[in-house]
Amino acid sequence: MFLLLPFDSLIVNLLGISLTVLFTLLLVFIIVPAIFGVSFGIRKLYMKTLLKIFAWATLRMERGAKEKNHQLYKPYTNGIIAKDPTSLEEEIKEIRRSGSSKALDNTPEFELSDIFYFCRKGMETIMDDEVTKRFSAEELESWNLLSRTNYNFQYISLRLTVLWGLGVLIRYCFLLPLRIALEFLSKHVHLMCYRICVRALTAIITYHDRKNRPRNGGICVANHTSPIDVIILASDGYYAMVGQVHGGLMGVIQRAMVKACPHVWFERSEVKDRHLVAKRLTEHVQDKSKLPILIFPEGTCINNTSVMMFKKGSFEIGATVYPVAIKYDPQFGDAFWNSSKYGMVTYLLRMMTSWAIVCSVWYLPPMTREKDEDAVQFANRVKSAIARQGGLVDLLWDGVDH
Amino acid sequence: MGSRASTLLRDEELEEIKKETGFSHSQITCLYSRFTSLDKGENGTLSREDFQRIPELAINPLGDRIINAFFPEGEDQVNFRGFMRTLAHFRPIEDNEKSKDVNGPEPLNSRSNKLHFAFRLYDLDKDDKISRDELLQVLEKVDVEQKMSIQFLH
Repeated sequence: MFLLLPFDSLIVNLLGISLTVLFTLLLVFIIVPAIFGVSFGIRKLYMKTLLKIFAWATLRMERGAKEKNHQLYKPYTNGIIAKDPTSLEEEIKEIRRSGSSKALDNTPEFELSDIFYFCRKGMETIMDDEVTKRFSAEELESWNLLSRTNYNFQYISLRLTVLWGLGVLIRYCFLLPLRIALEFLSKHVHLMCYRICVRALTAIITYHDRKNRPRNGGICVANHTSPIDVIILASDGYYAMVGQVHGGLMGVIQRAMVKACPHVWFERSEVKDRHLVAKRLTEHVQDKSKLPILIFPEGTCINNTSVMMFKKGSFEIGATVYPVAIKYDPQFGDAFWNSSKYGMVTYLLRMMTSWAIVCSVWYLPPMTREKDEDAVQFANRVKSAIARQGGLVDLLWDGVDH
Repeated sequence: MGSRASTLLRDEELEEIKKETGFSHSQITCLYSRFTSLDKGENGTLSREDFQRIPELAINPLGDRIINAFFPEGEDQVNFRGFMRTLAHFRPIEDNEKSKDVNGPEPLNSRSNKLHFAFRLYDLDKDDKISRDELLQVLEKVDVEQKMSIQFLH
């Protein structure tokens, strides 16, 4: 027991050092360039090395196959037969051309075995023709060291097996954890960015009832006052967003967000096509592993004194709805965005120059549509719940003209 | 390509085909995926139309006869076994096979079986003889040059 102690601390130290090194490498080589959009060219180098290795492996295999007299992929075919590269059409033309020119001199006589040629050609096309095979997955001419693609190459040599084993090791023990770590990290980075944004606006947000936070495979519904709603909600959880594709600054932000998470953006013209929208949302929701969708059913920004009629589209889908009420305290800064009066940049400026943004976010318990309720009634039910919680007036009008 | 084909073709079947035709494991899976890609009706058999859909076969002068060679007497569908059996005729003869199985049935790709196959392309009425008309019919189809020397027939 006592002997273990010095070794123990040694191991711990080593582990600590290696982890630190790994993280520094990760940071320097992956995250920093990603932020600045610069590439070190490491991936290109990686690809070039891989290609060289695959070519070598194939050469070894061909050599090995020749020694044992096996059948292998022939160089100019993509199939199991050795075919001449010219097609039947060309050969017939060629024969006809040459036949008529020497018609008088030495008439080539017909032989019974002449049909062999056509028979063979016909069989070749049955086995493998240029047109039909375009519709099936491509066969690799060289083996790329993944046993998934190895259906024609058998054990050839020890060196190759060792290389394959090394490849397996690298892929499972190095690349896989690295990729998982990056994915995990990206979620946190995402969250971090939103939190930074929130700090930038000096927002003081109070979250109530966080146990009711939306879960995967559901729809999160909230009343909409400003684009900042998005930031406020997203800094407390991961969502996939639904919205119109905007031009200008918003467009740039939207495109950047799409790269990080799967969101569902629509073109203006598509928004009018409710069925398409509903279909895409249903697909997203049914995938249980996808993030909850964030929807603002009022369709537009309201001045936060009331809640307008919710558009029924999002309630027709039939998924669990997690209502969220957002209420801003107008004393410190009016967060309402009147999109007809101000553009995005002006709005941001106003936000930045106000004292602070204080708001409260209430997560309400999840609701599902009951059997005898239709989408409109369900929407109204959710709306009243949000309005009641936020202390807002529950209106029946529509905020958007049809 | 490989994974889809091998799940639909059972191992015992594969072994039987291997024994009968002499193709290797990988060749059989390759041909099976070719079979399924030709089989547009997805009922596990090929009809004459499936073959005729191949463009290069349509311009082959002996295309119809080759297609007929796949279908046994009076039938309109060929399953994968039959398909492989016909294709097996075209497998190259390997030297080490000659001494393999002297007492058993002749392998499908033997020399005489290959010649039999070619003979059947001529013999349309399947009476085991090539009549003069049958020969002339093939001549017309395979008319490779304008002036045919047909003196030797008379």
